[in-house]
Amino acid sequence: MIWVGSGLLLLVAVSGFGVVNTRDVTSQVIALSFYGVLMGLTFFFFQAPDVALSQITVGAVALPLMVMLAISRMKFRAANRQEKGERDA
Amino acid sequence: MRERIRVRTFLVFGGLFLFLFCYAVANLPPWGSYRGPYGDVISRVSVYERHATDAVNAVNYDYRAFDTLGEEFILFTAVLGVMMLLRREEGTVTRDAGKVKDNIRLSTTVRVTAMPVILLTVIFGFYIGLHGQLTPGGGFQAGVILASIPFLLYVCENTETFRRITSHTAVEVIEALGASSYVLIGMTSLVMGAPFLSNFLPLGTTGDVFSSGTIALISVCIGFEVTAAFLLVGYTYLEEIITGELPEE
Repeated sequence: MIWVGSGLLLLVAVSGFGVVNTRDVTSQVIALSFYGVLMGLTFFFFQAPDVALSQITVGAVALPLMVMLAISRMKFRAANRQEKGERDA
Repeated sequence: MRERIRVRTFLVFGGLFLFLFCYAVANLPPWGSYRGPYGDVISRVSVYERHATDAVNAVNYDYRAFDTLGEEFILFTAVLGVMMLLRREEGTVTRDAGKVKDNIRLSTTVRVTAMPVILLTVIFGFYIGLHGQLTPGGGFQAGVILASIPFLLYVCENTETFRRITSHTAVEVIEALGASSYVLIGMTSLVMGAPFLSNFLPLGTTGDVFSSGTIALISVCIGFEVTAAFLLVGYTYLEEIITGELPEE
């Protein structure tokens, strides 16, 4: 059992490092979501199912969703501004 | 030169942090040991006093319900802040973005996969929300799960569908009702002569869906509030894309 726990913690560390090292924002959000799922699994393994559920809903769904929504809004505006500039020119 | 100072500062404070971290880890209590008195007390009395088999939610929605009230209003205020920052003032001149042509149907594979997933998510969300007092979960988690359904639909259908099921006024009313009903439940116990937010409903049979009095009720109210909160934030972010209108610059 101790190996499963250590393995999970190690995976969390590695994927946390991966999230920080991902440079493209959109891929980073996906990596963050994966990190959230791993954290949820870790909480579940260490006998905190309530926290695990909150972690999965917030860390793997809500937070990446919010960032994605913000990115899509910004991209929409940027694409639109560019198109408008081309039309006016 | 500045680079060197930066690295040195990092090395000093990083080393200090590493030392403190190792010191803390070395002095951690052994695996499974528990020194606080409250956990043992709660896990012993929560089933008898409140008929709630999930001690965590018995604590959240009953023993320290006042704290949870504050936490709920943190979410409420955060959503309010997002909506205020991103709101469109009345009378803003808008122009057609002209870019929203997403009535194209997606591939059949995506739609066929997404529909059963949506159905499962609905059932799972309601299960988590209604069994908050029995199993891990509760209103907050259920709210996020239920709020993800319109987004799944948004992914596999189009913005028009998303707009139809996240009708702005209805969601706003549900958000306000969900947040206020928590306070109203607390006030009801005040009117009945008991302290604020004390459990005044019949406790029922342990293990029933309708048991544990106000714990289940508060959990469901929070479920409504959280669902509406996430839908509101999502709609506010996507408003320009959904309506296809940009403010005139």
